[in-house]
Amino acid sequence: MRGAVARCVDWPFEALQRVLGAARMPYVFVAPNLLVFGIFVAAPMILNVWYALTGGTALMPADRPYVGGANFAELLDCADHFAINTCKQDRFWRSVVNTGWFVTFQVIALVLISLITALVLNRRMPWRGFFRAVFFYPVLLSPVVVALIWKWILQPDGLFNALIVANGGIRVPFLLDPSWSFIWTVVVSVWAHMGFYTLILLAGLQAIPKDLYEAAEMDGTPHARVFWRITLPLLMPNMLVVLVLGLIRAVQSFDEIYVLTGGGPGTATQYIVQYIYETAFANQTHILGLAAAASMLVGGVLLVLTLMQLGASAWAKR
Amino acid sequence: MKTMLRRALLAGVAAMLPAFAQAATEVRIMWYSDGNEGEVARDLLNRFEAANPDVKVILDQVPYKMIMETLPQLVSSGQAPDMARVTDLGGQADQYLDIGPLVKDRAYWEKNFATTLPWLRPAGNTTGVFGLMTGITTTMPIVNEALFQQAGIPLPGPKATWQEWATAAKAVAQKTGVPIPIAIDRSGHRVAGPAISMGAKFFDGDKPALVDDGLKTMTKLIYDWHRDGTMSKQIWGSVGGTSYRGANEEFANGQVVLYFSGVWQFPQFAKTIGDGFDWHGVPNPCGPAACSGMPGGAALVGYKSSKHPAEVARVMDYLASEPVHEEYLARTLFLSSHAGIAAKGVAYKADSPQLKKSLAAAQANLLALSPVAFRLQGYLRNRIMFNALIVRLNQAIAGEMTLDEAWTRMTQDVDDGMKAAGVKP
Amino acid sequence: MIRFLTRRRGGARSDWTDWFCWVYLLLGVLVMFGPVVWLVLSSFKTQSALQEFPPGLWPMGQKQVQVAGVDRPLPVFALPRADGTTQERAMLRRVGLEGQFIDPADPDRKVERARLANVTPVRELHFAFENYIEPLRQFNFSRYLGNSLFVTVIATAITLLINAMCAFALSKYEFRGRNGIFLFIISTLMIPITVVLVPAFLVVTGLGLGNSLWGVILPPAATPTGVFLLRQYMLTIPDELMDAARMDYASEWRLFWRIILPLAAPALAVLAIFSVVWRWNDFLWPLVVLNRQEVFTLQLGLAAFQGELQTQWHYLLAMTVVTLLPVTLVFAFLQKYITTGIASSGMK
Repeated sequence: MRGAVARCVDWPFEALQRVLGAARMPYVFVAPNLLVFGIFVAAPMILNVWYALTGGTALMPADRPYVGGANFAELLDCADHFAINTCKQDRFWRSVVNTGWFVTFQVIALVLISLITALVLNRRMPWRGFFRAVFFYPVLLSPVVVALIWKWILQPDGLFNALIVANGGIRVPFLLDPSWSFIWTVVVSVWAHMGFYTLILLAGLQAIPKDLYEAAEMDGTPHARVFWRITLPLLMPNMLVVLVLGLIRAVQSFDEIYVLTGGGPGTATQYIVQYIYETAFANQTHILGLAAAASMLVGGVLLVLTLMQLGASAWAKR
Repeated sequence: MKTMLRRALLAGVAAMLPAFAQAATEVRIMWYSDGNEGEVARDLLNRFEAANPDVKVILDQVPYKMIMETLPQLVSSGQAPDMARVTDLGGQADQYLDIGPLVKDRAYWEKNFATTLPWLRPAGNTTGVFGLMTGITTTMPIVNEALFQQAGIPLPGPKATWQEWATAAKAVAQKTGVPIPIAIDRSGHRVAGPAISMGAKFFDGDKPALVDDGLKTMTKLIYDWHRDGTMSKQIWGSVGGTSYRGANEEFANGQVVLYFSGVWQFPQFAKTIGDGFDWHGVPNPCGPAACSGMPGGAALVGYKSSKHPAEVARVMDYLASEPVHEEYLARTLFLSSHAGIAAKGVAYKADSPQLKKSLAAAQANLLALSPVAFRLQGYLRNRIMFNALIVRLNQAIAGEMTLDEAWTRMTQDVDDGMKAAGVKP
Repeated sequence: MIRFLTRRRGGARSDWTDWFCWVYLLLGVLVMFGPVVWLVLSSFKTQSALQEFPPGLWPMGQKQVQVAGVDRPLPVFALPRADGTTQERAMLRRVGLEGQFIDPADPDRKVERARLANVTPVRELHFAFENYIEPLRQFNFSRYLGNSLFVTVIATAITLLINAMCAFALSKYEFRGRNGIFLFIISTLMIPITVVLVPAFLVVTGLGLGNSLWGVILPPAATPTGVFLLRQYMLTIPDELMDAARMDYASEWRLFWRIILPLAAPALAVLAIFSVVWRWNDFLWPLVVLNRQEVFTLQLGLAAFQGELQTQWHYLLAMTVVTLLPVTLVFAFLQKYITTGIASSGMK
């Protein structure tokens, strides 16, 4: 039966290969993905560029007047770039700075924890499936629920404070103090997403041949050497996925943080996507132009960072 | 075998019968609920369908996020549903369907909904009938009477000022040990009511003018209250941006003495507090200019793009008719925008004494609202002003800027917003 | 289990990696899974119990007792006595700060007064099953479920297929435009999705896919993450395998289908898990594309509990638990595939 199905699928491709030749087959393989991509992802992106270059509040692109770089100029308009309060769009700059700090801490923590967890979950042990599920579970929860759970834990009358008070301490304002709430956005973000990256690294670990480990064990090689010489280099391709995706997603963190702190206290945990979201949707006038321009600036920075990462990995391979 | 075949044939014919019957016109309503409104509306509409077999009303129950984010896009791109329950009354008012010429008795509408019809009219229109307020609300304080009793401090009277309430609440909190004397929802709409009581006018002639002496007085009060502990940083300090933050959970847990919120909290409190402690709504505190809150509420509107405007008008007529509207209000515990019903008073399906007392206070508060409040609520671009107010005030309270800077930024935010909206200066 | 606990690396000597792993796993269950357990337990709490501070673990409700002659059940409190013990009494009514209590067993119904501050409510385990039943009764649950299943299954199948094909070409071939295409695909991850929602909405409705399940299935199918992940994994498949296989199979497609795909099983399993999770939990995109309840997916339909000013948390939690179950099953089934490694002996 399987053979019959496979034969049905085989012949169109083989026919194509006869026509195009083997060298052109890669294009055939890439085509379906690029088609869906082009229509549903690339076209909206290009429309987004149009939004960034236009003003007004109309939704339909044809109704929007062209303003050139005015949106970008407004975003970057600052009397003194180091004093945020002098900027025209001070909330934009505040969120950029906040995001910078957030990403630095979050990505480092995320990569370290995902790596360690993947290594642990790779071992042969009973109930391995259960333990894998345990670390992956938070990824399945919707951001609203994630934020709700952590609010229960962190609020002034929440679980942590109840434990602290029971042991004679005084309440800690976890979500009301700018520094604490910043730390907790990092923690909650790592908690909610690490399962995703752990799974990627876990898959990558499967690609490392077992006999390499067996040989090392027979030689009595210490763990550190096994890790640095065997595991890490062979894991690098998947590690790159984690680093690139982790960075991109960290910069775009929004959902659970928005529900957890709403950017507060004040603007201590307001990150860039919240700024974009509020500018585009939450104000009565949907200032789509400004939001689109901000998103392009973010995209540009991310592109540069990603290229740097890809370049570094290509250079390291040599 | 033969009977089976016969049965199958009969079933097949029966299945086709509805198709042969007259096809009903479909009217689609996009509806969100904060409580049981969806259930009640569905029930009422079922009766409408029974009485009008040629109209089928589909009530799409959607999350509020869809109303706020997706609906505007649908409307802008000409794909709006026939009707929707909206909260941003002014935002896309130019797309509303004028059912004035289509309703059975236009005079009925104009007489009974006179105060709220202007809210739904697009700029420049002074005569159209565009929809129905699905009950209106008013902002007002809710007190934890048990705490006052425990502290042995009497409740301030009906004409008490904000300062008197603040002093009393703080004293009660100190005596009983609760952490939050006064809590106000983190929302510009909420702050507007007390500001109007303090003399804020929100308009300079025809133009919006957010920052004036009345507003400065109220915002300074709130700022000072956060410093001396009358208001806890736990509420406003826990979110940022334009996020809404209510204090209903804290109030239900007996941690708040005076909670300035609104009528819509009553059903929820009846369920979550139950008979736990005595609570009820009280008259709005006074300032030099008024003792006012802000009206509000969601509206059911029809859209121009609808293919069945006559049926839309029929559904609206049904829901606006006195018995049906009163039943809706009695079950959802909203206030009446229908002048006739408001004068008689709604026979709410409320059995707890707290609910009865609160709803009575609410109806009185509704009648005492300042005309400035009505005008502000009906103003197309009021959300720009509310957002500017709450974002900058909160930043000042969080210490990110001084109050003076916040006022300057508020004016600038409003100017920017108006400019982006195309409002001529 | 005992063998696992006492197993050591390198024979009888205990190795720090064993202890570390053991502790780490324990911590993991506590930190990662604890909240989920709490979530499930909390889904059985009543609306008022959910709002309590400090939040309790078990769903508790106040004990209630039916007393003859009184039509509604009365709440039970524990009244302290002089000798330090407490007695249970039912509260007939509350007047201000005081309650009037009766003993249900007492036929005379003698009323005892006590200040509320001095009595404690008697609580017992109370599972609010209505949290689950009410929403399922109110909403067309089976319809939403069917829609979600359809979307998830079809979308995952399409995603796996076209992403794998694309990744195969990008990793195993040298052709013009290869790096450009790869970079282009990755770069689309850079723009935050919130902003692209509006133009994407215009494209989808312009194509007539609005309010159609295909409008939810097709657009996210060409995931950059999927292509990236599979490509990186396929890079680790030795090229020599391909050259050897080319001699047996004439067509590139057969090479892809028969050799590469099975070898990429771990990464495919991971992508399948992700795709199922993403499509099942997807909220933002269906929110934009689907506006009619006949086509609502489960997440969308159940989100009707989120209003402007109130969210009915008890229903929300219960429905969250309900939607977690299928994904759990899928995960349990698929994670087994993340165990096969590439045996280098395949080369010989």
